[in-house]
Amino acid sequence: MALNVDRDTLSDLARGAAFLGTGGGGDPYIGYLVARQAIADYGAPKLIDVEELRDDAMVMSIAGFGAPTVQLEKLVCGEEVELALTKLEQYLGIKADAIIPAEIGGSNSMIPIMLAARRGLPVVDADGMGRAFPELQMNSFSANGIRATPLAVTDEHLDFAIVEAASDKKAEDMTRALAISMGLRVFVGCFHMSGRQAKETAVRGTLTAAYNIGRAIRDGRAANNAVDSILRCLKTTSHYRNGKILFDGKIVDLVRETARGFSVGTCRLAELANPSSTCTVTFQNENLEAIVNGHTVAMVPDLICIVDRETGEPIPTQALKYGQRVKVIGMSSPDQLRTPQALALFGPQAFGIDRPFTPIEAL
Amino acid sequence: MDWHSSLRIGIDVGGTNTDAVLMQGRTVRAAYKAPTTANVSDGIINAIKTVMHEAAAQVSDIKCVMIGTTQFTNAFVERRYLQHVGVIRIALPATKGLPPMVDWPDDIKTAVGGHSVMVRGGYQYDGRLNSALDESAIAEAARSFRAGGIRSVAIASLFSPVNGDMERRAEAIVRNEIPDVAVTLSHQIGRLGLLERENAAIMNASLADLAARVVHAFRDALSQLNIKAPFFISQNDGTLMAADYVEKYPVLTFASGPTNSMRGAVYLSGIKDAIIADIGGTTTDIGVVMGGFPRESSITSDIGGVRTNFRMPDILALGLGGGSIVSTVRPLTIGPQSVGYRITEKALIFGGDTLTATDIAVAAGYADVGDRARLAGLAPQLIKDAVALIHAKIEEGIDRMKASAEPVPLVLVGGGSILVSQPLAGTSKVIVPEHAAVANAVGASIAQIGGEVEGVFSYGAIGRDAAMAQAKEQAIKAAVAAGADNRGVEITDIEEVPLAYVPGGAVRLRVKAAGALRLSEEMTGRAA
Repeated sequence: MALNVDRDTLSDLARGAAFLGTGGGGDPYIGYLVARQAIADYGAPKLIDVEELRDDAMVMSIAGFGAPTVQLEKLVCGEEVELALTKLEQYLGIKADAIIPAEIGGSNSMIPIMLAARRGLPVVDADGMGRAFPELQMNSFSANGIRATPLAVTDEHLDFAIVEAASDKKAEDMTRALAISMGLRVFVGCFHMSGRQAKETAVRGTLTAAYNIGRAIRDGRAANNAVDSILRCLKTTSHYRNGKILFDGKIVDLVRETARGFSVGTCRLAELANPSSTCTVTFQNENLEAIVNGHTVAMVPDLICIVDRETGEPIPTQALKYGQRVKVIGMSSPDQLRTPQALALFGPQAFGIDRPFTPIEAL
Repeated sequence: MDWHSSLRIGIDVGGTNTDAVLMQGRTVRAAYKAPTTANVSDGIINAIKTVMHEAAAQVSDIKCVMIGTTQFTNAFVERRYLQHVGVIRIALPATKGLPPMVDWPDDIKTAVGGHSVMVRGGYQYDGRLNSALDESAIAEAARSFRAGGIRSVAIASLFSPVNGDMERRAEAIVRNEIPDVAVTLSHQIGRLGLLERENAAIMNASLADLAARVVHAFRDALSQLNIKAPFFISQNDGTLMAADYVEKYPVLTFASGPTNSMRGAVYLSGIKDAIIADIGGTTTDIGVVMGGFPRESSITSDIGGVRTNFRMPDILALGLGGGSIVSTVRPLTIGPQSVGYRITEKALIFGGDTLTATDIAVAAGYADVGDRARLAGLAPQLIKDAVALIHAKIEEGIDRMKASAEPVPLVLVGGGSILVSQPLAGTSKVIVPEHAAVANAVGASIAQIGGEVEGVFSYGAIGRDAAMAQAKEQAIKAAVAAGADNRGVEITDIEEVPLAYVPGGAVRLRVKAAGALRLSEEMTGRAA
């Protein structure tokens, strides 16, 4: 049954998106508010399955880009999000028929809903990651030869720039430089593709999956078994079906620093009853690898999410603290993220881990 | 006036009890605890009279009166005594999609009137201009507020914690249009995070009239007692506000009760780095003090359904206190249900019919209150298990709040501190200081004067040392401007948050300083 994106489903969707953010992706609170506002003002957008797209339909993507702290001040204007799409359409000389999210994890799950509501376009129940990643070229579209560029970068003054680059990595670097001079809260209209290309490359059903996970957290919390409820829900999804508790314990040490503009660090955990049993989770904005008693138990692009062990609330890396009682949940990543081309862009090596990717179900 | 003879009074007006102490130097000369009265002033007058009488003290010897109060928190949470607020947000074209009070519950939005305008202006994250201030739009907004009878205005501008000039300019324009208006500037009370900071400013503005009334009532109470000494109100970071500052920023008193308890515990125990557990009748509040001040919460807090981010002490509240009900049905549970203040009629030792945590402490032989003979029927195994559970709960709470695995000293305060008899895991020692039951009033009596600066600094441009020195100097200046003695101002807290995604070493830096009150010489040499 197709999900109805409305005010009631939106808060569950936002919490599920935070879960799929695997520690990063930005707090969806601001995004949740703007999507809710857009739905109140313009009506809810239609959520469509990727199969409902005509092969020759024009699908475009939208994402916020910049520093999460700046987002907390500048919030969202609204017009600049629409302009990012309009400028891309004008440059290409073609109109979008549907909006596809680039990143379901974190705050970028909400912006496409808001844009679709404002423009009266359907939003596709799919994205390019099924999770969150720190850079523009890290997604299943880029991995399958669909280019991020040309892309349109806009800010709240409705200033804009068009970026064309030889590679999506170069486009990422150029966009970041633009974002700094434009005030670190910009929106990017990008990844234009045909309906057929979307069917071939998108990670499907991820808005519905995020909603179901958020709903499972809420229902599970009411029944005092939030984490079990999450696991039951993951088993019903195709992407995340290999989900399990990797570790149950408390945070005993935390090292965090900023390197190359990213929040990089290590979180160490110990079992409550048996402190000599330990787990280490490394992160670069998002969680990268979980190691239990010396053995890797999950690694990027598979998903690693740290949640409160009682409430199931996803804990972003910047909110991790010594003494928190948590469960570390690991789950399989969507198949599109495990191909050789995909792993070259965002496999373990792309994050400086010197070990080949091994799927969670084989660990 | 020398350190040994001059007196000061600390009062904590809580939701349940009003506590007071008469302090002389470091000595508690007299202490008082009684239920909070409906008319708060009467309770304060009573409290002061009692401690003065007990210590046979002279009114003329009182140098200073410090008051902690929950009245403002309660007013906002209960939506009582709030006034309509005119909200001016200076940020356009940024933020346009989310107008002020966008996520407020309807009842509280109605209580503050829901009047807001958004105008052009604001800065970038690094202090660059984002939009020029639209002065005529502010004047126009002020005129429409005046026409609507609004007498309190909240002003929030984009990145005002980095640069507060536009908020100050807007205040001048508003004052020019509305005589005698109360104005709240967001950068004075909140941090980065526009919605949360703006919310705090609106909350504060809605309390302006009440603040004036409360300050007037306090002043009146003191004048009835013929006390001419200045009085101060304690804030939630362990520092004081002069009465006229409280009238401007009542919101800064939110959660000052737990802070006063923790500061009092530091003072009474002489330990500046510790875990503090304040065990009351229903809950145990566990907090951390570092360098004598409470650690602050880093997450947003929800007050009366409104999201804010202003400074609050980081407190873990456990449902365990002296009145916690012990279930005799297995599995054994203690709390969170409590007989609360009715412990003196409900607990077994006082002839009641409810087994409480206090009964367990008495039965186990480490507390001596009430009639122990009434506990003869309790099974020894039950007593043993219950004692173990009480300690395990507190141990877990301590561990959750600790910053590292290292054992730390634990200071126990509050009436329920008798519940603890055994060494606790994770602690290096457990201290129950004298006068632990009135630690909150002691905390109010020793509060300092503080100053704070927050902004985004570029380490790449000027280097970390220069940026840090600049921030420290600004914080010290702010403390001295607020009334601290410039001889003893110390930096009390530094928070560095590197801005992810921003190359060039941009760092959000927050520095706090605090020092003794300038007018009272005797406090300058005080430890704590």
